[in-house]
Amino acid sequence: MTDREIIKITDLRRNFRVGDETVHALRGLSFTIHEGEFVTIMGTSGSGKSTLLNILGCLDIPTSGDYLLDGISVQKMSKPQRATIRNRKIGFVFQNYNLLPKTTSIENVELPLLYNATYNARQRKERAIRALEAVGLHDRLYHRSNQMSGGQQQRVAIARALVNDPVIILADEATGNLDTRTSFSILTLFQELHARGRTIIFVTHNPELADYSSRNIVLRDGKIISDTINESPASAREVYESLPKEED
Amino acid sequence: MRFSNLIKIALRALNNNKLRCFLTMLGIIIGVGSVITMLAIGQGSKNSIKAQISEMGSNMIMIHPGTGQRGGVRQSSDDMQTLKEEDYTTIHDNAKYVTAISPQVSSSGQFIYGNNNYPSQLQGVSPDYLEIRQLKIAEGSMFTDHDVTTAAKVCVLGQTVVDNLFPNGEDPVGKVVRFNKIPLTVIGVLQEKGTNSMGQDQDDVALAPYTTVMKRVLAIDYIQGLFASAIDENLSEEASAEITALLRTNHKLKDGADDDFNIRTQQELSEMMSSTSEMMTVLLGCVAGISLLVGGIGIMNIMYVSVTERTREIGLRMAIGAKGRDILAQFLIESVIISITGGVIGVLLGCLAAWMVNLFAHWPVQVQLSAILLSFTVCTVTGVFFGWYPAQKAANLNPIDALRYE
Repeated sequence: MTDREIIKITDLRRNFRVGDETVHALRGLSFTIHEGEFVTIMGTSGSGKSTLLNILGCLDIPTSGDYLLDGISVQKMSKPQRATIRNRKIGFVFQNYNLLPKTTSIENVELPLLYNATYNARQRKERAIRALEAVGLHDRLYHRSNQMSGGQQQRVAIARALVNDPVIILADEATGNLDTRTSFSILTLFQELHARGRTIIFVTHNPELADYSSRNIVLRDGKIISDTINESPASAREVYESLPKEED
Repeated sequence: MRFSNLIKIALRALNNNKLRCFLTMLGIIIGVGSVITMLAIGQGSKNSIKAQISEMGSNMIMIHPGTGQRGGVRQSSDDMQTLKEEDYTTIHDNAKYVTAISPQVSSSGQFIYGNNNYPSQLQGVSPDYLEIRQLKIAEGSMFTDHDVTTAAKVCVLGQTVVDNLFPNGEDPVGKVVRFNKIPLTVIGVLQEKGTNSMGQDQDDVALAPYTTVMKRVLAIDYIQGLFASAIDENLSEEASAEITALLRTNHKLKDGADDDFNIRTQQELSEMMSSTSEMMTVLLGCVAGISLLVGGIGIMNIMYVSVTERTREIGLRMAIGAKGRDILAQFLIESVIISITGGVIGVLLGCLAAWMVNLFAHWPVQVQLSAILLSFTVCTVTGVFFGWYPAQKAANLNPIDALRYE
């Protein structure tokens, strides 16, 4: 953890109009996330964690309040500018992987770089291979997404999130679709990335996962009800290795 | 965003759905193919009509006596005796735009040789007639100006007449045939020309000096018509104006009086006939155009479905940094690739179909470059036009909703 502030939000509010009513999804959130933190954001459905994730991911803008991403103010940006910010600074990992169907791992991982004109074809391929090696898929470079297991697909998705070297990785229920053993293998991967200095925000409704992160923020009804630092996170690898391998 | 990247993205997306891509293309392929084939058939028939007309001599001018009034009674043009031999000499000597001219008098009658006889037309003409009608002598020779002056009893026979009078394949040249009761020495045979576009046998004819027909056969002092050739096809207007002026002076017609003759150029005839086939071409083109339109709607339909089906993919692309216009461009490029590829295959298939029509149905076809360019342009425009709406729809999706779309 360094002093560089990756995310700094102050008094963040987000209202939605549903018919005549106004729904207050976020009611004044403030926190700062520094480089190298592994933050889990928890909350039941309706707590506002999805709305928060959308705003942190620059997919949505707050109704009021400030959001600085890596020192850049986001809420005044136009749609295309936010698209560029997402492309350069953020890596998304989704619950359902969202890989392109029938497409090889390399092509899937290359995708963010295709929307960045500064890379040429050779650089794209090099970086994609490096990202896939980082998630342990160096032997699955040319497998198509439909030929891989859920865990492997999620690893490809994580490689895709890493390929543009983002300041932050946003994971939305990234283990939600996986069985326990595979979940822990993915969690192990996140811990390894964290150990290598990556900043990660992991949004989940599963309270168990708080044990494995360095900081846990709990939301309820659009407010932060707790924000605790976990000095000694549990090792996901140990749990993973203790779980019995599935016999087919 | 690099354009080459967009093309790469679009190609990868299309590659994922080859069958659908091909089926969508099929509409365009059939559309473009039929446009090419139809226009090739239309153009082919127009060309063959043109060729047949120019075979008859496209720069030919025909002058006939006009209908006129005599004491209030309208006369049929056959009865008019307004054209005289001196009209022929006047035009022959004075007209600048006319390269060849021949009077024409004709008589139908029976040709007799030995125990064979055959009814045909004896045309009284001058030696220029060959040049005007683009006829050639196959055997023997044409009569000369001297034969005309002396009203020689000679004739040149068409192939049909020869076949009927000399069924055993004798050489007709030098034989004496009789036309009605007048003996004529055959001095030449015309080269075969076949039937013209109206179905007339152009070989069913015999030529003799016009003086012979006027004096010895018909006993008349007027001529029934004149055939002339303009210097070339485009000068037939000038030539006919010149002839009109000369004839009016010759006939001492006052200003304002109607012409007592009719001039028709082959150009008018060719325009009339090609306008018919032009109409057919337009009609065929319309039918084919409609199928191209249907193909275009097919593209729109598929692109629309594919946008809906790929909503999550679009959401993902937006989340990882695609701008609205990147998505728009991707879908537009996809539909343009479909339509252009379909267009190329359609052009090839259309050419093939036109060639097969020529081969099996023996219809004259001509594939036009303009038709290829036209249908190519049309299908590119179709791709953009029909791809635009679905692409716009994709570009305007909200990434949050698109990502959660089930």
